[in-house]
Amino acid sequence: MYIKGKEKVFALADCNSFYASCERVFNPKLKNKPVVVLSNNDGCIVARTTEAKKLGIKMGEPLFKAKKTIEKHNVKVFSSNYTLYGSMSNRVMRILELFFPDIEIYSIDEAFMEISSLKKIYNYSRYAMKVRKVIFQWTGIPISIGIGETKTLAKVANHIVKNNQEMNGVFDLTKIKNKENILKKIKIKEIWGIGSKLSNFLVKNDICNARDFIQLDNRWVRKNINILGLKTKMELSGIPCYDLDNSFKLRKSCCVSRSFGKRIETLESMREAVSTYITRAAEKIRNENLVANNINLYIRTSPFDKNSKTYYANSISLPLDFPTNNTINLNKKALNGLNKIFKKGYLYQKAGVVLSGLEIENTDLNLFVENDEKNKFLMNALDLINNKHGKNSLRLASEGTKKEWLTKRSKCSSNFTTNLKDLLTVKC
Amino acid sequence: MKVTLYLNSVCAGFPSPASDYLEGEIDLNRYLIKNPLATFIVKSQGNSMLQAGIHSGDLLIVDRSIKAKNNSIVVASVDGDLIVKRIKISGKKYLLASDNKTYKDIKINNESDIFIWGTVTKVIHNVY
Repeated sequence: MYIKGKEKVFALADCNSFYASCERVFNPKLKNKPVVVLSNNDGCIVARTTEAKKLGIKMGEPLFKAKKTIEKHNVKVFSSNYTLYGSMSNRVMRILELFFPDIEIYSIDEAFMEISSLKKIYNYSRYAMKVRKVIFQWTGIPISIGIGETKTLAKVANHIVKNNQEMNGVFDLTKIKNKENILKKIKIKEIWGIGSKLSNFLVKNDICNARDFIQLDNRWVRKNINILGLKTKMELSGIPCYDLDNSFKLRKSCCVSRSFGKRIETLESMREAVSTYITRAAEKIRNENLVANNINLYIRTSPFDKNSKTYYANSISLPLDFPTNNTINLNKKALNGLNKIFKKGYLYQKAGVVLSGLEIENTDLNLFVENDEKNKFLMNALDLINNKHGKNSLRLASEGTKKEWLTKRSKCSSNFTTNLKDLLTVKC
Repeated sequence: MKVTLYLNSVCAGFPSPASDYLEGEIDLNRYLIKNPLATFIVKSQGNSMLQAGIHSGDLLIVDRSIKAKNNSIVVASVDGDLIVKRIKISGKKYLLASDNKTYKDIKINNESDIFIWGTVTKVIHNVY
């Protein structure tokens, strides 16, 4: 909560149309052109450049609905390449860390920074401009930085930057003492922490912008929204309720789930999918030196089939006899579970595995587990080989070789930064 | 109950006289890449930079944090195409020059859409 005398200042750095910007770095022809990036399975539009937004393409819009606009205006379309985006995000975040000691990485393309310690030496805006310039030069990714007395106000500032090109990517809201006129222009649905349901409710009650919101009575907010609504109100008024969350968090679960590129009908294909997801999840937790106590497995047909006879969804919780991160053990258990919930005669659309009850791996040997030591060496060898020769070079036979159900990514760019075989080619 | 087993044996003999002088092995990453956050590796295609030691298929280390000077070898974007050339700066005039006489230089005028993508710092050429 608020401690007087310790005034904080927050900055939010947000990459502009991040996924599309990553594509642009390696393909300068896309400069100033409308670009969109699709969700997994090429279903919906999840990122748009300013040019694409201007054409009226909506966030989350299914690809088929935007097809006419895309063809008419020659919009460039990409499948999501999370390997590339993750690697570029990592670069941007590491550079931000060089300039800001107190940082919370909030998402793949956003980070909060607490910057009050810079006050004595730097002018916030000028410093932020410099960082922005460095990030663009080093990585090619354009970012916007909003500065405010609270995280929510930093978000507001960032929103304003994005809509005002003449600001050159930085806006310091702390310089403006009377913020009423600015808050008046922030629509209620654009406030951080106010979802679409709540914003509809507020608009119905004639609360249309951020200024209306901060003028509400505290008791009314508590009664009609909740304590989080009250916090949002205080944050908008310049009273910080949220601090940087840069604590090290132990992951509680690890989930790998994906929609299939093609519906799955047979147990055989489903076994391949489950094995593949288990392998990926086990790799992930091994990488963090964790072991799991439980597997949760679910399979389902399309949610659009709900209420019809063609709909089927089921899940099973599979407690493990001892905590493990061994792909082979986890796979056996999961495939056993699959036998119990799989029903013939359905067109499955999605499956997922969740490893839960994660704890730090105890390096002592477990005498009650057969071949524990051997298995650890085996997993080590597996990870080493796959690190060296590329993902999936060595894998379980049950993962299959055809993988006809694999997620559709027909318009994917190359992994320019992570795979030597995928390097960008330049003409000499 | 958990019992700890130690897998590594303990050496009981005379300690190695070299142990105080051990240094890490040579790390080529450190030699090749000064600023990993700004460095990208690209593959060359074509022969216009042969005299600079860049062959078709070579790997180029490109550091985007280094500002190109006169005579720097750069990756430039010319009308959206990425190319490798030597940049010649004289006063306010720029030229993208080839390092092979059979290739033409590219003059930069006000109409061309051009920017420097990064500066080439190293070439990796396979000879085996």
